[in-house]
Amino acid sequence: MNRSSKDILLPRRGFLNGLLAGGALLAAPGIVGRAQAQAGDAIRLGAPFHRTGIGASYGRWYERTATAALKIINEQGGINGLPVQMIVEDDGTDPKRGVEVMEKFAAEHKVDAVFGHLFSHVVAATAPRAGELKMPYFLCSETHALAAGKFNRYCFQPSITDVKSQINSMGGWITSNLGKKVTLIYPDYAFGYDHRDNMTAAVEAQGGKIVASIAIPPSETSFTRYLPRIPFDTEVIYHVMVGPAVLTFVKELGEHLGTKRPEIFGFIDSLEGVQMDIPQLSFLEGTYFWEAMPRYAQPDQTEFDKFYRNAVGVDATGASATDPKDISTYSHMFSAWETLFAIKKAMEISGYKGPAQKIDMLEAMEGITGFEASNEFPQGDKVFNGKTHQAFAHQNVSKFGGGKLEVVHTTTIEESFYPDETDYTQMSF
Amino acid sequence: MDIAPYLLLATLEGLVQASVLMLTALGLSLVFGVMRVVNVAHGEFYMLGAVGAWLCATLIPGHPAISFAVALIVAPLIVGLLAALADRAILQRINYNPEATIVSTIGISYIIQQLTLMTFGPDARAVDPPFYYNIRFPWFGYSSYKFFIIGVAVALVATLWLLMKHSKMGLLMRATQYDRETALNFGIPVGRVYSAVFAFGAMMAAVAGVLVVPNSQAHYLMGHDPLLMSFIVVIVGGLGSIPGTIAAAVLIGLSDGLLSVFFSPTLAKIASTLLVALVLVFKPQGLFGKAGRI
Amino acid sequence: MTIPNKKLFALCLVVLALLFMAQFVLSNYLVLALTRILILAIFAMGYNMLMGYTGLLSLGHAMFFAAGLYAAGLANYYGGVSLPIAFVIGILGGGVLAFVIGLLALRTQTVSFMIVTLMFAQVAYLLTLYFSNVTGGDQGLTLPTASRSFSLFGLAVDLTSPMVRFNIALTLFAVVLIGLFAVTQGPLGRLFVAVRENINRTEMLGFDTYRIRLLAFTISGAISGLAGALYGLMFGFIGSSFAEFRSSIEVLLFTLVGGPGTLLGPLVGTGVMTMLIDRLSGMTSAYLIVVGVLLIVINLWFPKGILGTIRDRWVPWLK
Repeated sequence: MNRSSKDILLPRRGFLNGLLAGGALLAAPGIVGRAQAQAGDAIRLGAPFHRTGIGASYGRWYERTATAALKIINEQGGINGLPVQMIVEDDGTDPKRGVEVMEKFAAEHKVDAVFGHLFSHVVAATAPRAGELKMPYFLCSETHALAAGKFNRYCFQPSITDVKSQINSMGGWITSNLGKKVTLIYPDYAFGYDHRDNMTAAVEAQGGKIVASIAIPPSETSFTRYLPRIPFDTEVIYHVMVGPAVLTFVKELGEHLGTKRPEIFGFIDSLEGVQMDIPQLSFLEGTYFWEAMPRYAQPDQTEFDKFYRNAVGVDATGASATDPKDISTYSHMFSAWETLFAIKKAMEISGYKGPAQKIDMLEAMEGITGFEASNEFPQGDKVFNGKTHQAFAHQNVSKFGGGKLEVVHTTTIEESFYPDETDYTQMSF
Repeated sequence: MDIAPYLLLATLEGLVQASVLMLTALGLSLVFGVMRVVNVAHGEFYMLGAVGAWLCATLIPGHPAISFAVALIVAPLIVGLLAALADRAILQRINYNPEATIVSTIGISYIIQQLTLMTFGPDARAVDPPFYYNIRFPWFGYSSYKFFIIGVAVALVATLWLLMKHSKMGLLMRATQYDRETALNFGIPVGRVYSAVFAFGAMMAAVAGVLVVPNSQAHYLMGHDPLLMSFIVVIVGGLGSIPGTIAAAVLIGLSDGLLSVFFSPTLAKIASTLLVALVLVFKPQGLFGKAGRI
Repeated sequence: MTIPNKKLFALCLVVLALLFMAQFVLSNYLVLALTRILILAIFAMGYNMLMGYTGLLSLGHAMFFAAGLYAAGLANYYGGVSLPIAFVIGILGGGVLAFVIGLLALRTQTVSFMIVTLMFAQVAYLLTLYFSNVTGGDQGLTLPTASRSFSLFGLAVDLTSPMVRFNIALTLFAVVLIGLFAVTQGPLGRLFVAVRENINRTEMLGFDTYRIRLLAFTISGAISGLAGALYGLMFGFIGSSFAEFRSSIEVLLFTLVGGPGTLLGPLVGTGVMTMLIDRLSGMTSAYLIVVGVLLIVINLWFPKGILGTIRDRWVPWLK
């Protein structure tokens, strides 16, 4: 592009030439239409990751995880003998851009499937377009909208459990182990409302009571003034915060409550990607967290977890193997890994070689009933519901102590079930 | 919690917020007052201050207080230099056309943000406070560092006030603000005064960024909110009026704390933003200021 | 009736014809991209009508886009209103909001006007979050599958077909383009330009400039609402991110790049910027840097934008 920057300084002919050259540059790759993209020579997967925007720290790790998984798949001979390529595009954690990128994958890169979206608003915008473009779309998002029937038959969530079942499986443990009077603290937007509504239902079903429900605007950077709303008779504080200010939140919660604190239970989202053994967080000592996959290697660590950590380049504390201050989003990013292997499995069942067998592949996916714990599914075994297109898995409760998280309870898969809310197999493709 | 300690806490929080706001808004107001331009990149200078503090904390070993003290001096200086450079390279060339300046500073803010993303990364990074002591009230605990923020902010604002009133630089600034053409005729190097003012405004934001970072964290998108809040303060206080800006910072800092005690915080934000828009429509000189209509 | 500025009119027709032909020539992806570009170009044209012709720089046009998006989308989502009617509701939504905001905001000028519009837009954005049990907040609402097709005058229209989408977008683009041609090249357009060039003199000549500006503001808002309604219904998703400050900046950027105060500038600007970001995002994650640099470069060397520069140098009728 150094050419056009020079042209800018040269008016008249140079300017016009620059315009023409620029125009050709902008349009060219599209006109040519990626000649190498012909069916049959490789399987192409579109990966719209959150490289920038509010999801950036997640996106970075999704990309690393997926790259590692892809390397293994290709080393093992690809899928059905075809090499697998991953084409990454940044969606800026922006719903509008998410849709654009989906179109780009479908029409320009001509990929076989798209996977890797995390933030639920991006997913909500992209899912309908995926259905229209008839593009298999694998979410790594936790969103409940899929299982609630809001999307279409092309969308699947084969690895990470949705918010509703995560919370369902935690409600009972909280009320029977920590206390029955619960104060909820959550971000004042849709993700937070999912937590509020599901947790309220789950706690009340166990005979507990929500004594206060504190919504905090997502852009807030200071939290102390919300904290007096925590009633004195609170037995458990339940927190789930996201965004760059979460550390401040936890720190201020600590300063505010001091040593006479109630029990505290948080979703690890509050501290995902954040170093935990720092003085600012010492107050969290003895509090509990939900984790989908334990960040710190546990004494009973599986071979699969060891293999996965090693492949992605994450050490036993959940940090990057090369930079101990670079903390992974360990409780979410496994979904990028497992989703790739779920796609592989569906493609192998259906003998997938190219887009002509797309429907076969999707039906194969719907026919899958679950996955065994393995190198491919290091988070553990899961049940897959072909009707709601949603996976269900074990969930963990971890206690924070000595600067690390230790798993104290693991739920059964059944505890995360709820009645089906939709049946995508009744829909047409 | 009873209402009295509740209000005490809200007041303390409001004062801390007011202190930070005072610094950022004064920077914005100064630039507007003298140069008659709105600097949309102001929030990014604030962010750069915070990132600078993190950088100092990472590079300088030893007690956090040392690196913090260094950051408090070095970060604003670098940011100021950067701002002066931007003024020379861009704003001067478009002759401080108000609208073109807004567009250009939006451009600058994108550039700063993205460069930070590329180098500093997307994560929020914590910085150790120079000292750590938690004050226990009977009902709640409170970080002593926050009192330090208030102290530094007040000291800085007092210094600024004295400088404006009594130093030669202050005189030049006031002269340029009062009448640009006449100032030129009297041989005041208006171009240099503008660069200095722009740099100084950015430095105020950077100091606020350094002060805030041990309390919250450095993050590449953190400049957005302080920018909007500073806008609000500057407008309510009367664009370009220093006493008005200070009064408005205290008023808005406190009322924001107290309002969100009684209403949903989003609703409080809606109300205050709407109030500002209406102030601009119906009372463009601000609630306190006597500065002229823009 | 005589057509003023015949050369420009002819050029508009040629551009429309070329756009129509494009769907048979360009690759699939470029047709999809062009569909989006046309919709956003409508938004930019609405913005240009205000900023380029009338000289009022608003920093809050995302609220009118969002008003159209939400009015149309919510009417369809909750009221089950058919798509064409929802679309009209969207246009009204943008226009009515613009009229009300205009009544207030137009009491201010230049920098105050920019900040006031910014503040109102911020309020609008926060409202979409505050009423999230209706709007879905940031997570947004996905329109039901039943809303992906409709029939108009007995004609079944399937919104999932790329060709149908393209031609709907092109038709509406053409309508807005010709409509704006009539407005800007006629007597009303001259009044708008008069307000831009010298508001006091226009006032002295006996024109009520407040009314003229209010009219420009309302038209601009209605067109933005149209674009928003079209976007929401066509892509089946409404969400608060469309009301964010960034959307207001984007439309400003499109207009600046293409050339404020030129009829076809918004199309050029939207096309160039959309494709530029599209290409760059594949190469680097810091493509917003390019947006930043462009804003500055244009300001420094091409304050008139691409078509504005061409107009000033070679083609005076290009306005």
